[in-house]
Amino acid sequence: MAGTGILLVLFLFAHMIGNLKIFFGEETFDHYAHWLRTIGTPLLPDEWYLWIQRGGLTLAVVGHIYAATVLAIRARKARPVKYAHRPKVQGSYAARTMRWGGVIVLLFVIYHILDLTTLTLNPNGVHGEAYRNVAEDFAPGRWYVTLFYVVSIVAVGFHLRHGIWSAVRTLGQQTQRGERIARLSALALSLVLVVGYLSVPFAVTIGLVD
Amino acid sequence: MDIKVRVWRQPSADEAGKMVTYGVKDISPDASFLEMLDVLNESLILEGDDPIAFDHDCREGICGACSMVIDGVAHGPEKATTTCQLHMRHFSDGDVIDVEPWRAAAFPVIKDLVVDRTAFDKIIQAGGYITAPTGTAPDAHATPVPKKDADLAFEAATCIGCGACVAACPNGSSMLFTAAKVAHLGLMPQGQPERDTRVIDMLQAQDDAGFGGCTNMGECSQVCPKGIPLHLIGRLNSDYRKALRNSN
Repeated sequence: MAGTGILLVLFLFAHMIGNLKIFFGEETFDHYAHWLRTIGTPLLPDEWYLWIQRGGLTLAVVGHIYAATVLAIRARKARPVKYAHRPKVQGSYAARTMRWGGVIVLLFVIYHILDLTTLTLNPNGVHGEAYRNVAEDFAPGRWYVTLFYVVSIVAVGFHLRHGIWSAVRTLGQQTQRGERIARLSALALSLVLVVGYLSVPFAVTIGLVD
Repeated sequence: MDIKVRVWRQPSADEAGKMVTYGVKDISPDASFLEMLDVLNESLILEGDDPIAFDHDCREGICGACSMVIDGVAHGPEKATTTCQLHMRHFSDGDVIDVEPWRAAAFPVIKDLVVDRTAFDKIIQAGGYITAPTGTAPDAHATPVPKKDADLAFEAATCIGCGACVAACPNGSSMLFTAAKVAHLGLMPQGQPERDTRVIDMLQAQDDAGFGGCTNMGECSQVCPKGIPLHLIGRLNSDYRKALRNSN
């Protein structure tokens, strides 16, 4: 869980930094989107690096889901008779919602790829016009899409709030002080990601990007 | 005070159980939770019913025998308290209190509230020991131990092996128990020879016993009557990684 999770978090940060380029205008953003396809050239042919990264990410996602499924099945087997009286888990909301939150994030990722990678569900849907695709996607008339993005990104935030510190613990973090630092860092990193990702659809909604 | 208890009654391991409600009248607020059950059992015996079976031994919070989930919380609502040290003054007149056994596949119910905790013994057998010369006890200062290590080892050693961590864990994992034993022995100079095999073998025994996996939820530490800290699980993870590296 920890290894694959860390790879995915690193990708999320790279992805967020790329997204923020939208605030530098249409030309910069489209140029950045085009550059993504040319990373590694001329050593690698066009788009090769992109496909290698996609392959790596897919493996990480599959590994992450596999490990989560194994844990969920083990948990179910470990308690065949449920408690008649069970108050909410005392740990954080984030820790409690890791499994279903993860499912929501997976559904979101599928929608997101169909929306802004393959452009199948995108209202503009022209390859190479990354800026227009985003601007049309979050147009005020499509508020329900924006809402879905907001809910999903917040779900990602909760997932990482527990996930990042849990990964650090799995890798051997073992002091009380370190635990506080790890928990606070996980919260801070999750907040940065949520704010960074939500700034783009909000900017489109209020007309800063159009 | 008058209360009602809904207790898990299960005649034997092979029969199905259910929650049964009993009224308990005129209980002193100074009675412990187990004394309240003693009073209830006396009245059940007088009525010709089968008394409620529950584990108990020292009744002073150090043996780890008592094992009840009270209103969904292992050892009840008081922090760092075993069921035997929980007093009725923490409840109110007229309360309906749910009492259930530890629920885990690795801890099968023997009868009513009594569960079989042999799985913990199996984990201990797998590595909860040190190799020491027998004979007369060595001088207390023969092997110096840094104060910091001694303190942490002692904190880990306060684990009484009651199993509340497993009962509370949403995954039914015994990681806090195993982590406490691994830290307790692994911090001491006497525990070094088996340090690597200990963590590997104890985790294997834990998996074989049918406990769930740890996802760092932290419920275990919240209900632990001895307040075993959650960060010991990080120490176990670190020891495990090092042991795997050394074994290759």
